[in-house]
Amino acid sequence: MNTQEQTLDEILSLAAQHFKVSRDILKPDEDFFKTLNIDSLQALDLLTKLENHFHVEMPDYELQGVTDFRTLASRIQARL
Amino acid sequence: MDQFEGKAISWQVSAGIIELALHREPCNELGSLALEELEKFVDALDAMARQAHALIVHSTMKAGFCAGADLRELYHRSHTMEKAQAAAGVRDFLERIHRVLNAIDAAPLTTIAAVHGVTFGGGFELALVCDLIIADKMARFCFPELRLGLIPGFGGIPRLKRDLGNGIVRDLLLTGRSINVTRAQAVGLVSQVVGEGEALRAARALATQLGKFDRRTAIVAKKFIKPIPYQELKQEIDLFCQLFVEPAVEAGLRKFVESTDLQPYLP
Repeated sequence: MNTQEQTLDEILSLAAQHFKVSRDILKPDEDFFKTLNIDSLQALDLLTKLENHFHVEMPDYELQGVTDFRTLASRIQARL
Repeated sequence: MDQFEGKAISWQVSAGIIELALHREPCNELGSLALEELEKFVDALDAMARQAHALIVHSTMKAGFCAGADLRELYHRSHTMEKAQAAAGVRDFLERIHRVLNAIDAAPLTTIAAVHGVTFGGGFELALVCDLIIADKMARFCFPELRLGLIPGFGGIPRLKRDLGNGIVRDLLLTGRSINVTRAQAVGLVSQVVGEGEALRAARALATQLGKFDRRTAIVAKKFIKPIPYQELKQEIDLFCQLFVEPAVEAGLRKFVESTDLQPYLP
């Protein structure tokens, strides 16, 4: 099973690939809504990508208020 | 009318396949304009069905299939009215959209929803009237109405009850959470899952295959296996209208419309 750091690393790579940005601009503790300039529909797209990649189901209400990749990784990790 | 180019929808018939495309920015919200054009579509459907065997409903919008009812229009039209007047307007809208959706549900065609991305609320209900749903990997399904103090009003509850087990119906309606295609296929909602951007292609391939079957048999089979829950559909309209006049609804709609939250679609 992935460690939380591995999960975080994979999330950062997936987000960079999905939103077509350099992986280097994505920081684990920064607000990804601001960094990526995305809205809630785009965030749902990312959620779907993550669910498909990690083979987990993540209820979207658990992501309410989650704005940084590190917290997102911990929520995903809890379902692996 | 075999061909139509509207502001919210378009359709055409080719090789026995009717294609109905949703194309209103941002994500095909169903308001009065879409309803008027959908009414034109069902008025033309009988004539088109005589020369067709399949109907595909799809979206050309990047964000998804359909984000549901146009909540902004609903709020702006109703919040300045007396409650009774607003409720009467809502009932009229619901009765009209039920007529549209019931006609598609009962159409003597095999109907396919080719969906991607957001398939929420009224958009989910539009997909549910189709005989089959083909979804790409990025599709999500959700009934978020409860957070507005409402229930689905475009026939979603009776059709979910018709099509799925009660456990997943409760899950979708009482939690308001969105589900991905893996879950949607596991519970029997989605018949085929395809790669990103491939839903329409897969629907066309299926529709072409369906053209090889005896059409009369397909119509008889559909009538036998897909009853339309007319009584419950009427009850749903009544229940929706009862709830609509509650203060929680106006508050929920206002919160959605005035929200600057980056996550208004997250329940």
